[in-house]
Amino acid sequence: MKPDRWSLYRQIFRSRLFEEAVIQLWEAGLISGEMHLGVGEEAIVAGIVDQMIEGDAMALDHRGTPPLLMRGINPVLLLKEFLGLQDGLCSGMGGHMHLFSKDHLASSSGIVGSSGPTAVGFAFAGIHLRPGTLAVAFFGEGAINQGMMMEAMNLASAWKLPVIFVCKNNEWAISTSSPSVTGGSLMDRAFGFGIPAIEVEGSDVMEVWEGASEAFERARDGSGPTFLLARCTHPEGHYLGDPLLTMSRQPVKELSKRAGPLFRSIISRKGAPIRDRMKSLSDVMTVGKEIADQVAAIEDPLGLTRRGLVADIERLTMLEEEVSREISEAVELALNTD
Amino acid sequence: MKEMSFAEAIEGALAQAMAHDPRIVIMGEDVQGLRLNLLARFGEKRVRNTPISESAFVGAAVSAAMAGLRPVVEVMMVDFIGVTMDALLNHAAKVDTFSGGKWKAPVVVRAACGGGYGDGGQHEQSLWGWLAHIPGLTVVVPSNPADAGGLMLAAIEYDGPVLYLEHKLLSDYWLDAVGAGGRETVHYDVPAEGAYGLVPKVWKPVPLAQAVTRRDGDDLTIVSVGVGVHRSLEAAHILEQEGYSVGVIDIRTVTPLDKSTLINAVSKTGHLVVVDEDYETFGLSGELAAIVLEAGIQLKYVRVCTRETIPYSRFLEDQILPNTQRIVDTALQVISK
Repeated sequence: MKPDRWSLYRQIFRSRLFEEAVIQLWEAGLISGEMHLGVGEEAIVAGIVDQMIEGDAMALDHRGTPPLLMRGINPVLLLKEFLGLQDGLCSGMGGHMHLFSKDHLASSSGIVGSSGPTAVGFAFAGIHLRPGTLAVAFFGEGAINQGMMMEAMNLASAWKLPVIFVCKNNEWAISTSSPSVTGGSLMDRAFGFGIPAIEVEGSDVMEVWEGASEAFERARDGSGPTFLLARCTHPEGHYLGDPLLTMSRQPVKELSKRAGPLFRSIISRKGAPIRDRMKSLSDVMTVGKEIADQVAAIEDPLGLTRRGLVADIERLTMLEEEVSREISEAVELALNTD
Repeated sequence: MKEMSFAEAIEGALAQAMAHDPRIVIMGEDVQGLRLNLLARFGEKRVRNTPISESAFVGAAVSAAMAGLRPVVEVMMVDFIGVTMDALLNHAAKVDTFSGGKWKAPVVVRAACGGGYGDGGQHEQSLWGWLAHIPGLTVVVPSNPADAGGLMLAAIEYDGPVLYLEHKLLSDYWLDAVGAGGRETVHYDVPAEGAYGLVPKVWKPVPLAQAVTRRDGDDLTIVSVGVGVHRSLEAAHILEQEGYSVGVIDIRTVTPLDKSTLINAVSKTGHLVVVDEDYETFGLSGELAAIVLEAGIQLKYVRVCTRETIPYSRFLEDQILPNTQRIVDTALQVISK
């Protein structure tokens, strides 16, 4: 099997448009609570989901929208879920962080790291009930410091389970720089559990696909788990309205809110030496800018995938128009039915 | 006295304590961003970001406390405490007893709790009853700025593990972070007197295990904690217009419970309504009934709690969390003559 850039691009473009619609609904106040998007990691998800077959399972994190959409969940059902409607995917009970589809063997969780054990259990059931199938765990590199994730990797390795551990590495664990709180290298960690590890550029869907195909092969022929490390960025930060990004986008507005208490803290008697205070502060204040710089430095998977297709602009335009129509119709449908 | 927000009160008390006691350190996920002002004053040695490894860093905070520090460890939301429950259940709670009372673990575990902003059932739980079930843990849930600061100070000074739960509807920065996200298009039922209010000029500890009567009443006693206190006060006001004299007790410390304030009030009214945002069965609401019955008081009892997993949908969530109307309706069941 070979990757088809056209169908992969369709998935990435469709997911992006869908989540852009989600941003608008969220901004309008029609979606409540937090909103974690998969914008920036679509090529990773597309390169994986494209190779999944009936009976394969997915354990998702708090960015479950793109995988579910690409796996074939009706976008109207997803939107209705986000809008909290009773005919949404999970009857309005789960919301975007807790999406479940039994038909697709796909479950999500807002608890960081939980996709590890979940995928292991799915794979364990798979070897009994659905030979030749596998389970994928999607998680960020922040999750790899969770005990449950490391325990899951060990269990999958010891039991030779058909699991693909997909680590989406944007180097930010919520708003903390991952390298600053992570010992050793992630690849070495996988090797330490006896799990083969593959590193790919996560914005390049073809590279993800090729790298993942080895993992799929290993899983399907009973050779055990694989760890796939893929670099990515989150242009919208950890979640919509991320204050750190607001800080870098509108520094004057944000700082004016924070300046008073901050200034008082810096000049208060009793505390750390003033040099330490300034250093601590500047480390934190530049986080937003570091995220913005990283986003600028890594190519958008959408643009990168599209670039390989512009030679046939007619077909590309047709595809994009068709997908745009589908997504606007889905939004319309979700908003206008009870 | 001066006025400040619930969040500023907690921070003010922490800053005051940290300035006096260099053993106090803050650790947890993203705390350098969340506690920016404390970072700016006390530096990154005392305000330390952790990886997302709750079992490790809460467990480590417990033993660091045993070894002489006074850590205030944060797990962001109380829902995430499931990941590190062993450190609390089998370690923090046991050190004192297992050492024959010779070794203490003075650790404060701080977490945001509660719902009412549509984030779903994995981020909006209360869980204070679940935690309070374990002997050896102290659990506090402040309902206004003065208590928020005073109880934080008491928690830090206490020589054992204290769970300090901060309701997201009262803490403006939490509500903005996980609810509004900077939007002006969403609205929440924030109890004004809980989110902002008078506090002392210099922080003094509010004693643990001491409930407070928020309102006197002869016909009925409502007992609650956290945001529920404000919903109960609203309900009491409505019931007053129906001709009933209703008292409201804010227990503040879930465990150890202030039994005498409860028993005194209920022995007078003979009617108890418990308003608890935590789950209804096997928790605080049943415990309060047991305490009153064990004291030999004849009473009529009802409760308004959260009965099931909190739905994501704001509409459904509003019906499932205790709200003023449900309190009024339920109270009328026991006092209507």
